[in-house]
Amino acid sequence: MSTAVTQSAMSTAVTQTWYMTERQLVVFLRQPAYLLITLIQPVVWLFLFGNLFKEVVELGGFGTTSDLDYLVPGVVVMSALSSNMWAGMTTLDEIQRGTLNRFLTTPASRAALMNGNVVSNGLVTALQSVVIVLLGLLGGADYPGGIGGVVVLVVASVLLGTIFAALSNALGMLVRERESIIGINTFLLLPLTFLSTAFMAEDRMPSWMRHIADFNPLNWAMVAGRSALSKQPDWGDVAGRGGALLALAVAAVWLSIRTFRSYQRSV
Amino acid sequence: MSTRAPAVVARQLIKTYPGDVTALCGMDVTVEPGTVFGLLGPNGAGKSTTVKILTTLARPDSGTAAVAGHDVLRHPDRVRRAIGVVAQSSGADPVATGRENLQLQGRLYGLKGAELNRRVDELLARFTLTDAARRPVKTYSGGMRRRLDVALGLAHRPEVLFLDEPTTGLDPEARTAMWDEIARLAGDEGLTILLTTHYLEEADRLAERIAIVDRGRVVVEGTPDELKGELRGDAVHVELREPVGEAGRTVLQGALAGLPGVHEVVFDTVRSRGISVRADDGAVAIPALLGALERVGVAVAAATVARPSLDDVYLRYAGRRYAEAEAEAEGAGDRVLAGTGGA
Repeated sequence: MSTAVTQSAMSTAVTQTWYMTERQLVVFLRQPAYLLITLIQPVVWLFLFGNLFKEVVELGGFGTTSDLDYLVPGVVVMSALSSNMWAGMTTLDEIQRGTLNRFLTTPASRAALMNGNVVSNGLVTALQSVVIVLLGLLGGADYPGGIGGVVVLVVASVLLGTIFAALSNALGMLVRERESIIGINTFLLLPLTFLSTAFMAEDRMPSWMRHIADFNPLNWAMVAGRSALSKQPDWGDVAGRGGALLALAVAAVWLSIRTFRSYQRSV
Repeated sequence: MSTRAPAVVARQLIKTYPGDVTALCGMDVTVEPGTVFGLLGPNGAGKSTTVKILTTLARPDSGTAAVAGHDVLRHPDRVRRAIGVVAQSSGADPVATGRENLQLQGRLYGLKGAELNRRVDELLARFTLTDAARRPVKTYSGGMRRRLDVALGLAHRPEVLFLDEPTTGLDPEARTAMWDEIARLAGDEGLTILLTTHYLEEADRLAERIAIVDRGRVVVEGTPDELKGELRGDAVHVELREPVGEAGRTVLQGALAGLPGVHEVVFDTVRSRGISVRADDGAVAIPALLGALERVGVAVAAATVARPSLDDVYLRYAGRRYAEAEAEAEGAGDRVLAGTGGA
């Protein structure tokens, strides 16, 4: 009996999460400028970094001599981070507009309220990642890991996105200031990107940077994705980094749902 | 009806916000089922905080509250199923259409399929939004948005409806229309409405019972007529030509308080030119008042007699004119607003 109740509560939460996701996707699709920027920005990155790093890759240590082969996963992961970390701004808008309070006075599952924009961001991230991979293919990139490798890269970038979308939501709920989100995001984006193997071979990084990169979730996604795309994937590496990303994503989502308690005290 | 349990009971609610801003200090509210109850008070008096606690948004520091028979702290989910909430900013999704907003709201309460569509059509028709149903909400006028807000609050046919400042920010025409709408809602079978407002006229017109709220507690409660009836006699307002200072007020107080048939003398401290007097018979008191003022050399610009208004009730129980409380709230209220994102 009680399991049945829990089960039906679970399925209600899932259904409601979908309602909230759908709603965010509608907003996204009805603002074509948004959609366009999300898809065009990675193209710009691909083009800029492609030209900039063309000769760097020839230095060796990248495991490939094609700059695009190396750059595509880097741009995928960097784009996942930079688009998801703004999720908290949507949450702030909803708080300020009164939308969140309206939903909070309904029986809607708190998890659904918090995760709608995480899931919609995840779907957009998946689409964005696939588009970058396809553009790479058009530009002559080679993915020896095949479809399986691409799937791992996309899943890893979605998990990375989930971590930062959920943390951004939590920040929005706790601090309730645009400036804090803008400040933290600008502070984090570049260090997280460049303290990783996104655009530089591990062998060519100073050793202290390599040690920091070991603790950088962006690098976990990087290593997992790139390994899966290579000729001989190290599945132990993929599982280890993927597992760490999943664990952190679950923790971030849990934390973001917890923020409703502090919201209830301060509202 | 008197045998049914109250629709809303709040006892001794206390709520302090970070930064030692006291929002509520011992708030008591009881609303009988099927009635319209008004919480009247200036901005920052604690009305919205009370509504937030009763609608499970906020937790009180102490005190108890039950809505539709369910404890708001122990069974928030049961309360949420029973209530509809129209907040000051209900935040309908501006990019979505009116219909989509209503559909989502209905779905959150478990409505679906044909039942959901029927309910949405019904609400659109009732709030004259059918023609605008397929337009994004950002194209709506203020009045249309407010009607949609109320429709959202009614999506699941709640037992208790909370209307927080339902007409604030509306133009006079839209306000009158909203009043008619609320009056119609009040006639609905069994619906209980708790309304907050800082418009005296609104409370007088819509609420069967009113609680006047000042500085986080109820200072007096009753039907509008009871409240006005408790004030003996007429209100006489005298407008002076020149503002009077602290010293002048003491002199005037002495000169006026002793007059026969005059009960209370209160000075308007905002503009320093108004004096409000409560008298057994206004027509008799005016010549005496004018004579007394002339003897102390104070020139009068105007004098009026009125039957007691809610403003007079407010003055009597909160110790200041309504406009003064509002002016004070402008300053203090900003702090509260900044801390809570809309107190």
